[in-house]
Amino acid sequence: MYCLLKLAPLFLAVAVCNGWLFGDFVGKQKEQDEISLWPLPQKFQSSAVAFKLSPASFQIVHAKQSSAGPSCGLLENAFRRYFEYIFGDLKKPEKSRKKVYDSDLVELQVWVTSADPKCDDFPSLQTDESYELSIDEPSAVLKAANVWGALRGLETFSQLVYEDYYGVNNINKTDISDFPRFAHRGILLDSSRHFLPLKVILANLEAMAMNKFNVFHWHIVDDQSFPYMSRTFPELSQKGAYHPFTHVYTPSDVKMVIEFARMRGIRVIPEFDTPGHTESWGNGIKDLLTPCYSGSSPSGTFGPVNPILNSSYDFMTQFFKEISTVFPDAYIHLGGDEVDFRCWESNPDIEKFMAQQGFGTDYSKLESFYIQRLLDIVAATKKGYMVWQEVFDNGVKLKDDTVVEVWMGNKMEEELQNVTRAGFTTILSAPWYLDYISYGQDWQHYYKVEPLSFPGTDAQKKLVIGGEACLWGEYVDATNLTPRLWPRASAVAERLWSDKSVTDVGNAYNRLVQHRCRMVKRGIPAEPLFVGHCRQEYKGL
Amino acid sequence: MRLTALLPVRSCLLLVVVSVCVQQVHGVWPLPQQLHQSADRGCLSPQRFSFTYGRDSAAQTGCSVLDAAFKRYFSIIFPDFTKGSGLLMCENQSNRLSVKTGGCDGYPDEDSDESYNLSVSEGQAVLRSVTVWGALRGLESFSQLVYQDDYGSYFINKTEIVDFPRFAFRGLLLDTSRHYLPLHAILKTLDAMAYSKFNVFHWHIVDDPSFPYQSRTFPDLSNKGAFHPFTHIYTQSDVMRVIEHARMRGIRVVPEFDSPGHTQSWGKGQPGLLTPCYKGGVPSGSFGPVDPTIDTTYKFMESLLKEVKFVFPDSYVHLGGDEVSFACWQSNPNVRKFMEKMGFGKDFTKLESFYMESIMNMTAALNRTSIVWQDVFDYHERIPQDTVLEIWKGEKYQAELSRMTQAGHRVLLSAPWYINHISYGQDWRNSYAVQPQNFSGTEEQKKLVIGGEVAMWGEYVDATNLTPRLWPRACAAAERLWSNEEKTLNADLAFPRLEEFRCELLRRGIQAEPLFVGHCKHEYDGL
Repeated sequence: MYCLLKLAPLFLAVAVCNGWLFGDFVGKQKEQDEISLWPLPQKFQSSAVAFKLSPASFQIVHAKQSSAGPSCGLLENAFRRYFEYIFGDLKKPEKSRKKVYDSDLVELQVWVTSADPKCDDFPSLQTDESYELSIDEPSAVLKAANVWGALRGLETFSQLVYEDYYGVNNINKTDISDFPRFAHRGILLDSSRHFLPLKVILANLEAMAMNKFNVFHWHIVDDQSFPYMSRTFPELSQKGAYHPFTHVYTPSDVKMVIEFARMRGIRVIPEFDTPGHTESWGNGIKDLLTPCYSGSSPSGTFGPVNPILNSSYDFMTQFFKEISTVFPDAYIHLGGDEVDFRCWESNPDIEKFMAQQGFGTDYSKLESFYIQRLLDIVAATKKGYMVWQEVFDNGVKLKDDTVVEVWMGNKMEEELQNVTRAGFTTILSAPWYLDYISYGQDWQHYYKVEPLSFPGTDAQKKLVIGGEACLWGEYVDATNLTPRLWPRASAVAERLWSDKSVTDVGNAYNRLVQHRCRMVKRGIPAEPLFVGHCRQEYKGL
Repeated sequence: MRLTALLPVRSCLLLVVVSVCVQQVHGVWPLPQQLHQSADRGCLSPQRFSFTYGRDSAAQTGCSVLDAAFKRYFSIIFPDFTKGSGLLMCENQSNRLSVKTGGCDGYPDEDSDESYNLSVSEGQAVLRSVTVWGALRGLESFSQLVYQDDYGSYFINKTEIVDFPRFAFRGLLLDTSRHYLPLHAILKTLDAMAYSKFNVFHWHIVDDPSFPYQSRTFPDLSNKGAFHPFTHIYTQSDVMRVIEHARMRGIRVVPEFDSPGHTQSWGKGQPGLLTPCYKGGVPSGSFGPVDPTIDTTYKFMESLLKEVKFVFPDSYVHLGGDEVSFACWQSNPNVRKFMEKMGFGKDFTKLESFYMESIMNMTAALNRTSIVWQDVFDYHERIPQDTVLEIWKGEKYQAELSRMTQAGHRVLLSAPWYINHISYGQDWRNSYAVQPQNFSGTEEQKKLVIGGEVAMWGEYVDATNLTPRLWPRACAAAERLWSNEEKTLNADLAFPRLEEFRCELLRRGIQAEPLFVGHCKHEYDGL
């Protein structure tokens, strides 16, 4: 195949004669290529007029009027990245064959319109990701208010390019005006149940950008292990990680993830889940967890964070002070889910404290007591917080800008109704627990979810700011994470980006088949949707 | 420098004490029939360790299978050494692994004796087997017995193993039609199969969606029937490479050319082969199963089967015969006429049986044993006695086992091991709980169950997700098919062994997914 392709442009006549050999095959391919945008843009107009792109002459450049220029590292990097996505790795000796024609389309001008392009900023919840893309001879123009919109537009541009019969890149005359339906479009990865090597996290950030996801919810620690290496409390990972050197994220690892994500317009929201899900914290911090009792003596096991000791809050104050400086995002996820009360119940000191506080035997009051103090600690660091739905359900007093994450599958609509009625912003992850696998095309279930289908006022619906696809780590590590996540998470990506009316599963299937092949071509081992093939199959392994 | 040189000696002494207290178990998967391990352990030095042929061994240097296996297992046992960091840590006598064995340049087959005895004592280990195939199984067990301590020294405990497989046929099916699997994915799978002592690669090479097998007799089959005529095919040399890679690991390659159904892709390169379907008295343009009414079909099948015999050395060929839809045959007037002529009435199963019988006879005439899916037996119990039947339908497979063995047929079980069906959690436990001989029947009947197969159908699987979906889930069936059932019925006892084995697979570069929460010393470092 390689040989043949190489010869094709040089011996056009021969190639045409041989056309019968795979005429049908290539024809089908082309047809599908043209409709493979994912997620589907809001407004999209395309004509059959096609322009050729030559790797020898095509350029991605800053428009003259653009407020961003060569000093904008973020865009410079993105230009190179997308050039490589479009033309492949040009270090291979392919240049000569592609030089034989000139581009119809000579350049893509990227025009950042606002005075501050935000090249060195971090994306945020308020970020404007809209862009306009106009493809016409001799230049295509990508217009966006800031670099974040430009990144989204570059991805779309790269998806518009398709190969014709002879392996030449083409793009059709197109006009696109695009913006996300929801501002928070996240992926949760769990690096505690299994350690995820940096490489895997970075690859998934790349895949996220290909799907216009913009939040990496990093469930970084949990019961099983504490891989986050803390500067303030190094013993947390020394004693709480699976291995203190090979299974940890050093400060520079974390920095790298954050920067890699920033370059792709992705926010990194770390989750430090307390007071439950903290077994591994106890290994490094003495007295942080509640000692469980068996009868009248400590059993040697430990429960949730001990909410009755001042030392617990002193620790949290210092710890979150560090977290608030390490992670630039305005939000920290504080967890607050699935607190098991049995250990608290067994502990006589807790019992005494409950009586003192007048909590009776309602341990959810004790939980709220802890969370309330924690929220105040975190609020003092000037960070906003996200919490799992239990925190809201238990009636904890929350700051106005708190984001409540709805994860419980039963009564999901009721919960959305309640949370928004109380005036809180919310994100939805309940229908998108991608760690639950089953046989067949389960992406369709994720695709069919309508996040705003709950009864409520328009004002309430506006409070739903997005959703997250969660890949919890019980059964997932570096060996199977990427194919399990992609392209299943892509279904969620389109639901969160595209217009509400984009619900045709058949049409989505055709586009998604191509989109998954595109991810494979870009080195992401995205698994197949169903029977079929990609022109370039996965070469890793 | 001086200090580090001293340290290992001290630590060696220290750790002997520790190991006696902790009693580390370094299991073998699948569990050997008889395994006696003592806490006494000896050091292995990568510099001094060697594999040698026993003086009275029938096989000697020059035995292709074992020479290659020695090389392979040396780097499996000493992975660090091959990376140039081998350390001589403990003084000990040179370790030897002697093999007393025979037969080297052939292919494994249904009668291959895979039994072996392994005796590891101080400074010396002796592996005895009747054939090279048994020696391969023994080498695998030996490699799993070696472990490293925290300082990287290699150890093996004093061990006695007497081992042989419970079933002779322990297969794994890959489907290269629904998705094309690149050669390296197949070779990697063969590697992992050898680690679990699987011995048959059932290559479901073609089916409706694509025909990637490049035929020497009928090149148009892949030219027109493959997903792509150059990038998505198996050339003759690819096939030879698979067969040789498998042979080196004691694995048979049984190809499946499934007909008369599941043949849509065949029709593209072989006009006239498939039955034209009719709609309202005229051909509709679509095609059904192979047309069983015309001579050219049988001529074609005979040529193809002759080629298959020439290319694939195994004495078995899988002829498929499953899931034939009769709608198209029914619609075709020529087929109906043929039915009348043959006195089949309206019973299309008779037509199917007529076809299957013809190609089974062809296969027998070529001196090959046919395997067919259970459908063939279900429709038509009168089939050649030496045909092997494969059970794939999930419901009531025990009853099917009874019926088939009562009719005197040899049987393969794959119904409970369709591991392309995935679900949340530890579904390997279901595979593990299968008892292939637990059906009503005589002892003679039970002996007719010659083994089973793990099937990884390709609807949702390609090179991106094949390996983690297969391993370690397939290992559960591997142990069921090799080991003593009474000793291996408890999945909770198997769990820690399987967990350790999956980490070992990772160390060997097999992308095996986790069983549950936890970690491995050597995590997978690919993507």
